[in-house]
Amino acid sequence: MSLVVDHISHVYMAGGPYETRALDDVSMEIRDGEFVALIGHTGCGKSTLVQHLNGLLKPSSGRVLIDGEDLAGRDVDRRAIRMKVGLVFQYAETQLFEETVARDIAFGPRNLGLPEEEIGKRVREAMEKVGLDYGEIADRSVFELSGGQMRRVAIAGILAMHPEVLVLDEPCAGLDPRGRNGILEIIRKLHREQGTTIIMVSHSMEDVANLAERVVVMDHGRIVMDGAPREVFARGEELRRIGLDVPQGVELVEKLKARGIDLPEGLYRIGDIREAIVQLHRKGDRRAE
Amino acid sequence: MENRVQEEVRIRAEQVSYRYAESGKNAVDNVSMKVKKGEFLAVLGQNGSGKSTLAKLFNALYVPLAGKVMVCGMDTREDELVFEIRQHAGMVFQNPDNQIVATVVEEDVAFGLENMGVEPAQIRIRVDEALRNVGMEGLSHKAPHMLSGGQKQRVAIAGVLAMKPEVIILDESTAMLDPSGRQEVMNTVHRLNEEEGISVVIITHYMVEAATADYILVMDQGKLVLTGKPREVFSRVEQIRSMGLDVPPMTELSWLLRRDGMPVRDDVLTVDEMVEEICRLL
Repeated sequence: MSLVVDHISHVYMAGGPYETRALDDVSMEIRDGEFVALIGHTGCGKSTLVQHLNGLLKPSSGRVLIDGEDLAGRDVDRRAIRMKVGLVFQYAETQLFEETVARDIAFGPRNLGLPEEEIGKRVREAMEKVGLDYGEIADRSVFELSGGQMRRVAIAGILAMHPEVLVLDEPCAGLDPRGRNGILEIIRKLHREQGTTIIMVSHSMEDVANLAERVVVMDHGRIVMDGAPREVFARGEELRRIGLDVPQGVELVEKLKARGIDLPEGLYRIGDIREAIVQLHRKGDRRAE
Repeated sequence: MENRVQEEVRIRAEQVSYRYAESGKNAVDNVSMKVKKGEFLAVLGQNGSGKSTLAKLFNALYVPLAGKVMVCGMDTREDELVFEIRQHAGMVFQNPDNQIVATVVEEDVAFGLENMGVEPAQIRIRVDEALRNVGMEGLSHKAPHMLSGGQKQRVAIAGVLAMKPEVIILDESTAMLDPSGRQEVMNTVHRLNEEEGISVVIITHYMVEAATADYILVMDQGKLVLTGKPREVFSRVEQIRSMGLDVPPMTELSWLLRRDGMPVRDDVLTVDEMVEEICRLL
């Protein structure tokens, strides 16, 4: 599936005193199976952008094309599009409302008019993907669950629609470390094992470094960087200037290089940095002998 | 009563337990600890560990089921002291949108003082001072909903500051903010701690924030299981992880390097410390 954002702008409250240009001539293409992290400080336009990806918002100008079809087109099938591009909002658990976990997850598939048997199958599958035990939890009230479990239910509700692209707006916000790691593991697996295309909005540079294959950086409604993590994180000064940061591993490598330690280019993950340092240390030991 | 504020211990919890009405077990279970004058404490623990409950016991939002909590010498079980206790121990909550009541920033900061019946002229002085102290003096006439998350939390802190507290408690007050908003709030409370001598207690899920505290308390299943300086606490990587928590990235790296046989110090917290360690060893 191809997802193309073609020169879109979005203006909130146009013509009023609080007119805000949230998106300003944004273009990008998301390729099949990519894991894209979208970063930028609050108000940079990233949440506005992701809401364009499944037609929830219409651009003031420009087009969003899914498999070549303009999302704002007159005879476009929006239901079919929302099946292809699933959007998990920030604090998605606040939108749970059904009486039981299973009914909440079934809500989307049921709206699609699928047969009951298929709905039941999708609910089970989706719960399995997010690590929730069907037998134990399906018939419980969503409001008896922990925050981390509720967030999983919300994600399962989207997965039950079988999206080809999964867009997550800060999926770990407000969770404790165990909750965060659980959610990140689910996303990693969906990407690796199901080949789902992932677009993840995140404030955690550490998470971005660990997961993403491509990083898109936004500032003032524009895309200011778009590339592999090693390329983006190499521009630490610019990132800091727009209120972002680099992962601590990148800062460490920058400072070690400044002290004359000869590390390979493009290191940004803790695991890779560890290996490089251990190798240098062993080389040093051999020289000492 | 007269020496309340002079006491060096700001908050003292003695064998405190608390249980929610619908629950069969204690949310806080026999916890003893204290917050001294000028101290900066961080409380860590996974969801359900009892850390937010403990924070709410600190300013009499909850009253202990057993044991007692003393705030600047006042027992939180005494109903008539509740308002005075909350002036001494002010609390800032998680969601910036749920704790702002007025439509103009300075009116929001004045809210507590007006409720206390402070004279208008005095309110003016205290509000201006509080807003200056959180770096928001230029925004006193703004509508709160036009502010960023970090700015809203600083308004909430100013509201607490205007009451001239001895202790400020932040219950996951950075959880909903972006990195620059988190930094704004952390810089603000550190400065208040250092320059004004206000004791600070932060409840947080961010290990990097906890690493900046004087002491860390770790809660697990209602109990206080670990206390110490950040270096001591985070050097116990396996124990910390077994409780569903994490360690700062540089502490993790030092732990990994030691497993590879490099004699790195086990209490590294920051990037700069790690730079020194590696330069020493290579």
